[in-house]
Order: sequence, then C-alpha cells, then structure tokens
Amino acid sequence: MIRKSFWAALAAATLVTTGGALAQQGPVKIGFVTTLTTPSGYIGEETRDGFTIAMDQEGGNKLGGVAVELMIADDGVKPDVAKQLVERMMQKDGAKIISGVIFSNIVAAVAPDVVKAGGFYVGPNGAPNNMAGADCHPNYFIASWQAGTQSDMAGLLADKIKANNVVLVAPDYVAGKDQIAGFKRYFKGTISGEILTKLGQTDYAAEITRIRSLKPDAVFFFLPGGMGVSFIKQVKESGLQNTALLAPLTVDDRIVESLGDKAMGIRSTTFWNWDYDNAASKKFVEDFKKKHGRVPTTYAAQGYDTARLIASALKAVGGDVSKTDAFRAALKKADFVSIRGSFKFANNNHPIQTWHARDVVKNADGTYATKTAELLFKDYKDPYSAECKQP
Amino acid sequence: MDFALFAEQILNGLQAGVTLFLTAAGLTLVFGIVGFINLNHGTLVMAGAYIAAKIATVTGSFWLGLAVAVPSVVVLGLLLETSVFRRLYHRDHLDQVLATFSLILFFNELARIVFGRLPYQIDKPALLAGAVHLFGDLYYPIYRLAVIGVGVAVAIGLWYLTAKTKLGMLIRAGSTHRNLVGALGVNVGRLFLAIFALGALLAGLAGAIIGPMQAVEVGMGENIIILALVVIVIGGVGSIRGALVASVFVGIAESLGRTLVPYLFEKVVDTSTVTFLSGMFASTSAYVILAAVLIVRPQGLFAGKV
Amino acid sequence: MTFWPPSRPTLIVLIGAVLLLLLPPIAEALRQPFVISVATRVVILALVTVSLDLLIGFGGMVSLGHAAFFGAGAYATALLTQLAAAGKPLVWGWVPPVEGLAVWTIAIVVAALFGLVIGALALRTSGFNFIMITLAFAQMVLFLASLRELGGDDGLRIPVRNTVVGFSIESQTALYYVSLVALALYLFLCDRIVHSRFGLVLQAIAQNPRRAHALGYRVYSYRLVTFVIGAAGAGLAGALIANHARYVSPDLLMWTRSAEIMIMVILGGKGTLFGAVLGAAVLLLLEEFLIGLTEHWQVILGPILLVVVLTARRGLFGLLAGSRGGGGGHG
Repeated sequence: MIRKSFWAALAAATLVTTGGALAQQGPVKIGFVTTLTTPSGYIGEETRDGFTIAMDQEGGNKLGGVAVELMIADDGVKPDVAKQLVERMMQKDGAKIISGVIFSNIVAAVAPDVVKAGGFYVGPNGAPNNMAGADCHPNYFIASWQAGTQSDMAGLLADKIKANNVVLVAPDYVAGKDQIAGFKRYFKGTISGEILTKLGQTDYAAEITRIRSLKPDAVFFFLPGGMGVSFIKQVKESGLQNTALLAPLTVDDRIVESLGDKAMGIRSTTFWNWDYDNAASKKFVEDFKKKHGRVPTTYAAQGYDTARLIASALKAVGGDVSKTDAFRAALKKADFVSIRGSFKFANNNHPIQTWHARDVVKNADGTYATKTAELLFKDYKDPYSAECKQP
Repeated sequence: MDFALFAEQILNGLQAGVTLFLTAAGLTLVFGIVGFINLNHGTLVMAGAYIAAKIATVTGSFWLGLAVAVPSVVVLGLLLETSVFRRLYHRDHLDQVLATFSLILFFNELARIVFGRLPYQIDKPALLAGAVHLFGDLYYPIYRLAVIGVGVAVAIGLWYLTAKTKLGMLIRAGSTHRNLVGALGVNVGRLFLAIFALGALLAGLAGAIIGPMQAVEVGMGENIIILALVVIVIGGVGSIRGALVASVFVGIAESLGRTLVPYLFEKVVDTSTVTFLSGMFASTSAYVILAAVLIVRPQGLFAGKV
Repeated sequence: MTFWPPSRPTLIVLIGAVLLLLLPPIAEALRQPFVISVATRVVILALVTVSLDLLIGFGGMVSLGHAAFFGAGAYATALLTQLAAAGKPLVWGWVPPVEGLAVWTIAIVVAALFGLVIGALALRTSGFNFIMITLAFAQMVLFLASLRELGGDDGLRIPVRNTVVGFSIESQTALYYVSLVALALYLFLCDRIVHSRFGLVLQAIAQNPRRAHALGYRVYSYRLVTFVIGAAGAGLAGALIANHARYVSPDLLMWTRSAEIMIMVILGGKGTLFGAVLGAAVLLLLEEFLIGLTEHWQVILGPILLVVVLTARRGLFGLLAGSRGGGGGHG
C-alpha cells in the first residue's frame, strides 16, 4: 500500500519533470518566485496579492489586455531552490519574465541568470546595491526602490527631527549592513553605537540595555517582520519611551496591526502609502480591501505597480515578448499611471521617485494605521545610478 | 560599565536561561528516561505560544490564554506520543531525528495555514505590566521577574518530583539504567506517557509565557529547539540539574557577551572590528560553549545525575 | 522476492547506471534539456549523500554537520575560481588555475582538513552527543561562511565554470557526465573501503566499539580516517554544486541542509551506498513535484517522510532489493 503510493508519487514527479510539453503559443508566462514560507512569508503573500489585483482589474489572468499565466512558487529564502525554480520556469515552461523575489540574496542568485538567458527580471522589492550600480543590466528592472534608499531617507528624517545622538540596529547580514551604510549617507549627527543582531533573533533585552546606556535621542532599526515586532515590543516596555524610533519601510500596516498601540510614535520612510491621494492609488486600495479585507501594505503596492509596469510593456508589444528590443524599450518607458504619482526609470532601471516620512496614528474605531507625513525628498535618484554605465 | 547595567544583564541572562530551561527540562526528561530524541518538542512550544496568543487576542485575557494553552499542548503531546512517538522508542536515534524533523515541517506549515503568516504579539497582563525599581538606576520589567520566578518554581518542583516522589524514583532509576525500570514491574508505557505529559506541560507553559515578550511566529520552535538541545547536551543528557545549570550559563553568557564585548573592545579596536566581534559572539557563543564542554567532558557536565 | 537473493541488488544498480548514462540523450531527444539540469543536481546531492552514508551506515557516526564540508568545498571552489577568472593571485603571487582537477583537489583538501579538525575533536564523544557536537561545529563554520569577506548572506557568484583537463563544462550535459563520473568514482572507492579489511573493522567498531577496542583496534583512528574520507567526498560534491549553480551562499551550510542529506540517507536505506543515490533522487524529485503542486507543500512532504521512516526501515533500496538482498556489506 505504502509502497504503491510512493511509486505513484515518484511516477508523478518524474512526469512533471520530464513529461511536460514544450512552451507553446498561449498565455504569456510570468515566473513569480517569492517567499511564502519562513517568518518572512507574509511579505511574499502581500506582494503576490498586490500583483494579482492588477490581473483581477483586467478581468483575471490578463495584463495590458494580454492573456498571462502567473506561475507562483515559494523559494523558502533558499537561493539554490530559487535558481532551480527559475531554471524550470524559463527552460521548461518558456517564461521570459521573472518577478516576485523578495530577498536581495535571492535576487543576486537568480537575476544574472535570467538576463543572461535573454529574459527579463522585473523585481518587486529591493536588491543588492551593486546591481543598481556597476553591475546594472538593460534587462534588469526594479519597480519598487533601490534597497539602500529607504535608509538614505531615514538619515534625512533623523536630521529633520534634529536627532544628534543615534544608535543603529540591524541584523548581521549584508542587507542589514547596507541599511546602516545608507543611514549614514545624509545623517549629520553622531552615531554612538552600531548594534548587529542575529538574523531571526527574538530577544533584544541585552541590546536594549546597551542602547539605554548610550543615551541616544533616536534609534534607527532595520528589523523586518517578526524581528521588528519583538524589538519594538521590548523597547516600548523598557523605559526607552522618550527616544525617537526611526525605521525604513519595514514598519508597514500589518506590523502596525500586529503591534497596536506599541507602534505609536514610530516614524518610518516610504515611497507610497495607502492614504495617497490620487485616483490610481484609491482604486488599488479599494479593490485590494474588497478582495482581502485589509489595507494593502507597501509590499502589496510594489507587487501591484510591478504588474502594472509589466502590463504596460506587454500592451506595447501586443503580447509578443519575443520582440525583445521593443519590450525592453517599453519597460524602460514605464508608460503607466503609478499609484505613487510620478514614476520614471533612471539610467540603472531603478525608479526616480518621491519619498515621504510616515507616522502611525490611532483611528476613531480604536485601530491603528500608518499615515503619510512630511516630504523628505522629491524625485530622488539613487546614488548608485552614477556607477551604472548604461544610458 | 556600571554595576546597575551589569546586574541588569545578569537578570536578562537569567530570564533567557530559565525560559530555555522550561523547554530543555522536558526534552532532557524524555531523552533520559525514554531514550527518545524529540526535535518536534519546539513545535509544542510554538503551539503553546500560538494558542495562548490567539485566545488572548480574541478575549483580551492573557490568563485565559495561559489556562487553555497549557492543557491543549499536553493533549497534543499525548496524541503525538500515542500515535507516532511510541512506534519510535525502539528505533535508533537517526530514525527518531528524521521522524520528528518531518513533523516540524508538517506543523510549521500547518501553523501557517491555521494562524496566517503574520507574527502575533500579545500584551502583558495588567497585573504584571510595568517595571519595578530594584536599586540605583535599575528598573526591571515585572513580567520578566515573574518569568524568572516561574523558572525557579519549576526547577524546585522538578527537584521535589525527582527527589521525593515514586515517579521521581523511577525517573532517577530510568535515567541511569533504562532497561531496569521495566524489570521492576512498572508499567513502562504509562510511565513514558506521564513523562511525555510533563514535558509537554513545560513546553506549553514556556510557549504561553514567551508570547508577551516577543513575536509569536512560525519557525520559532526551531530556534528554541536547537538551543535547548545544545544546553541539554552541555548539561549531560537526562540530567535536569545539568539542563538548569547549562541553560542559565548559556543565557547569561550570551547576554553578557552581547554587551560586554562591545564595551570592552570599543576603545581598543575600530567600530567594524567591534561589530564583527559582537556579531560573532551573538551567533556562535552557545556552540563554542558546547564544543568546549564536550571536548573536556565528552558526556556533558552532569551526565548520570538527575 | 527471495528468488534471486544475490543478484537483485546488483541488477538494480546496473539498471540505475544505464538509466543515468542514457539520460542526457533521451532528454535531448524529448527536447527537455531542463531535465539534465535537475539530474545533475540529483547526481551531485547523491554524491554528498553517499559520503554521509559512509559515516552513518558503516562508521556508526551520525553527523548532523555534514553540510559544513559540502559548503567548505563549494566556497573553496568559488573563491579560487573567482580569483582565477579575474587573474588575481591567492598568495605569494600565485594565481589559481581555472582547471577543475586542480581547483577541486584543493576544495577536497580544504573539506578534508575541516573534517580532520572537526572529526578529531568531535570523535571524543559518541552517540547523541556526537550528533550535537557535529551540529555545533557546523554552526561555527556557517558563521565563517556568512562573513562579509566571503560575500555574507548574498553569497558569491562564480563568473565561469572550471575546465576539466582543459575541456569546457559550460554545457549542462558535460557537467552532468563529469558529476556522474565523480559519483561513480567515489562510490567505487567507498565500496572498496567497506569491503576491505579496514571496512570490516570499521563496521565491527560501529557495532561494538568496546569489543573492537579490546581486540586491539585503534577505534579513534579508524573513525577519524573514515570521517575525513566522508568530508572529502562532501567537499567534492560542494565543488560540483558550485559549478552547477555558479553561485554559493551560506544556505549551503545550514543545519537543515545537513538534516536533508540525512533524510536522503535514510530514505535510500542507510548502509547501502547505492541506496543513497536513490534517496537523493526521490527526495529532490518529490520536493520539485510538491512545490509545483501547492505553496503549502511542506504539509504534505512532512507526513510522507514520516511514513517512510516508520514503515520502510531499510529504505527504498531495501524495498527494491528485497528483504535479504540489500544492506551492502553491513549486516
């Protein structure tokens, strides 16, 4: 019995990997490799849910009037799994467009393969700094933001609130250290301590004690997902109440929902928020709320705009992705109405866009939400674009 | 570093240590008596945390969450024992590691389906909110002090259980001469079930009281189980005393290391070296302690002593 | 089942070998080149699984740190190949060659050295403590790999694949056959070892270390030598995976990776060597299949693995080879 079912599974697995048909004429295939498992799974979930709203708005499985098939797969934050998935989607299923990746180390693993094989990588989230600079590529697009920008802006924000003595906290890995470097770009005050924590750490008592001993007037922390929830909770309960808390994009509406009143007072930076006052944004927020019953986060917005960008390019080539040059030019043109208002690509195919500060507020019904605050930088072009040698 | 800061780090380490001890005690009991490695033990902690957090979120009562979570986890533990683990007692460690590892995959994904992908957080009960003034500049959260209290109470309870009761006598006999217990005419199946229930109870308790201190999320069990395994090996497998000493030692070492290393080296070397050193300490100290202890004492610190 | 007790396992191995040899032309004929890439990964992970089976199935050393050696081989290859491609010297003005036979030899030596140091210390313990001390050392090696100097969490990209005796292995088929040859050679080596006097002593030690010690065998040395051979095999697999993915990251060294390799050993049947190949193939294809099926694939994979551990004590090779056939040299 067991033996039989095992063979059935094996046979099925072999079938899937060997027996599939060649890519045929049909819907344009888009490979969406994202992170749905691990504690960071909600980020991939948001991005996917935002992306599919754009398809729903065209009546389902269509982008730019062209029939598409979105192939979604979970990478588990494992670069080798992601590589294998991308390989399968491109070679076996014939996908030419790859999107969905959340973590920068996964982007570093898959994006160069995608562009080398003549495909297009259209990222919905941050990516390694070098790929915005010296290692930029004409087929490589990031529809969200350059990864360091959110921290560049946090440095500006710290100057604005006249913070003079700041402690920086980030996990001990490359993206964490990049955020610390980003914060220093514009910040003019003193940095009295840089604290690197373990990735996935949940108890910050020792770090908080150290922060308190440094007596900062602001703490900047880059701790995505559950790490941020734990950190904020423990900070709020530790007698650090009078210290300003600054974060990059990571304090989103779902984190705020999870933290409740403990999120009050946290200031973050953003390129978009659900309360943006333009028609495209309002429509997106309304449709998203209707389908999922929650306010879309910035990750959902990134997914949505990524889909809209792809849609605009598909429309321009009439769904024929094999017209590589035309498709590339159409992507670069970014001829769609972004929910963030103005949107255009710099020479490194990363957006030039406006950044705002963001606050947490209490609603009349007792729930908590984010709210757009003062302007930080209009039409910011990330500094890595200068190192990118393409027009 | 002034004395208040130092004392606070000791308290932080103590609190981390006793939380770890709650998980490690159940693990080492089961391992010592039953001879079974349960990697899935961390899942019980996660289950306790999720159930407590969910109920506390819905009803607003931490205590109700605690009251429901602990017995639920005991029931879950007993179900697992009777349906799966029982079949693995006579298998070698390798099979046990793999069977329980596959259960981790299952329960993590199940938790994701049932509770969603977003981390939960719950508030401390009003009774234990706020901080208490100990001395000088030192204010310490009451909740964390209470957690230390729970840990100490559990340690005393376990001591009483092993030293003064009939069950304890069997535990002591079983930890050193596992095969003899059956020969004494004891219903081994029931003894194992009781041990398991006790382990699950401690895991559920650990999970429920962790909730108000940190995010409750999928995968939290894995981080806990690895560290708990490390401390039971340092302490000597099967030794509750060893698990307690090792938990507190690792807790305090990590806590002091994370603050003392930057403090001591800040003036001697540059910032990047300091961050490297403290990062290294944060990531590897438990493992370095484990390796060092086993190289000197291959059986662990208190092997053969309950 | 007991019809041909002696030849059935041999037959299975032969059929498997023929299938593996013919796979690329068949895949090409069916215009499914992607299959070759999947198969290459299977073959490479089979190699590391065989090396762990040598430790677990014959040496009685249940190591939960085997990914450290896999990662060491991969990182050594990545670093040397990066330098070679850039024409930069490693030490004393010596620029590493792109030639795989040289680079991979160094990778094997590096992994073996890690094995020697870790094994020398870890083998002071036994049983469950051995499982944990190997895990602890692997976590320390993982920390080394996540240093910024080695690319940190972003890992290292490898600009070109190595050459083998001057020939390019940029094509998937070439790398596949090279990996297959590596696997065959290592299997042959292990098979010889377990059937030699050394192997018999090793298995006697695994069954009863005290008796072996009383008989005058240097238990520690036998185990250490085996541990180093296992580490070397994992290092070779690491060198190949670095070439296959042209990318290495700390993910290669995580403890879950070690557990995955262990699952492959058990799935195939420990102490069978050839079963390890089967275990690797089945687990990878199953994962590949389930990931395509649902995002909640782990909720299916977990119970499947559990059932296999509970029911198939001797693994898939045991099932295939019949009740008496498998087991290699191990009783």
